[in-house]
Amino acid sequence: MFRSALILVLALVATWLTLSGYFKPLLLKLGVISICFVLFLCFRMRILDRETAAYGTLPRTLSYFVWLFVEIVKANMAVVRAVLSPSMEVSPKVVKVPAPQKTDIAKSMFANSITLTPGTVSVNMESDHILVHALLSEMSDPADFAEMGVRSAWAVGEDMGDV
Amino acid sequence: MIELVLAATAPSESAVHIDWLSVFRFAGSLISLAAGLFFVLAGTIGVIRLPDFYTRLHAAGMTDTLGAELILLALMFQSGFSQMTLKLVLVAIFLLITSPTATHAVAHAAHEAGLKPLLGPYKAPEVDEGT
Amino acid sequence: METALGYMFLAGAFALIVSMALMLARLIGGPTLYDRLLAVNSFGTKTVLFLCVFCFIIDRPDGVDIALLYALMNFIATIAVLKFFNYRALDVNLNRVSVKGEDA
Repeated sequence: MFRSALILVLALVATWLTLSGYFKPLLLKLGVISICFVLFLCFRMRILDRETAAYGTLPRTLSYFVWLFVEIVKANMAVVRAVLSPSMEVSPKVVKVPAPQKTDIAKSMFANSITLTPGTVSVNMESDHILVHALLSEMSDPADFAEMGVRSAWAVGEDMGDV
Repeated sequence: MIELVLAATAPSESAVHIDWLSVFRFAGSLISLAAGLFFVLAGTIGVIRLPDFYTRLHAAGMTDTLGAELILLALMFQSGFSQMTLKLVLVAIFLLITSPTATHAVAHAAHEAGLKPLLGPYKAPEVDEGT
Repeated sequence: METALGYMFLAGAFALIVSMALMLARLIGGPTLYDRLLAVNSFGTKTVLFLCVFCFIIDRPDGVDIALLYALMNFIATIAVLKFFNYRALDVNLNRVSVKGEDA
């Protein structure tokens, strides 16, 4: 818990300096007061654990986002082509995607990644699967979802085997 | 004499000299702004054209991800290394986190309310040219 | 170069306004409540982008703060409106929802 508090303080200091940009003593004091207040609130709400301040896996998350960005660009191209063509041939489909991730953060990362990719939206979240609405039927390939699930779980520090 | 030559060549040199860095920044922001606007407009057209609510979600998501990030990237090219770039990065990260959450919340509420999605292949109706 | 940049950002701001106006068509004509909510959310995202571009045009870097604030407000407003309509119109059992909230 001490470690995640320290990481949270570092992130808050960075945020304060980014948004304020002034280094006058009064404003720095106000920043210290605000950070202490936020820390106190976090202690009171008992949300200071590994999943709240998930900055330990930051390098993994960043490399995952590079992969996700390529996927987003590919999906964007497909959706743009479908939407702007005069005949607009779409084939909406609802599929159940299994979500075998153990931790909550891995599940929410997976669902967020599905929604972030245009063409697929996670509609409902059950305990072991996600209901996904796909715009084009070729986007609802189970293998693609499985790969994204393993990679997104890896990004937040849960190993699920090879891709 | 030498001063005269220098005075004559100096202005022509500065006229030929091109600031490649600013040209690169200009080209980068032009390209990414154009691409971002293309995706934003395509997403808007999609929201208007697509047949039912669940399919419109995808078009709106297109605007939120690539359109927004590319326009912010165009602004970052111009602001250089400054506090403004950091703020723009914050805006980009914030949009990247909140837009899927809001999309999922709207989709989930519609699903809970029992809104049925349109399934199967769909084609836009033909437009009569004559009328 | 400078004037070209100014015109480029002006054109960008204009295109964003056009797309916001088009989004209003879905906001007014959307058949269901959720279409309208989606249009409001998308309109808000475009407003954030417009504010960012606009504060470049008038050369006031402070405007990005307002854009950030607007992004926050837009997100919270969408969630709040959804919650309101869930409780009022769609007859969701409040007990079940609060238990679910504690689980998550």
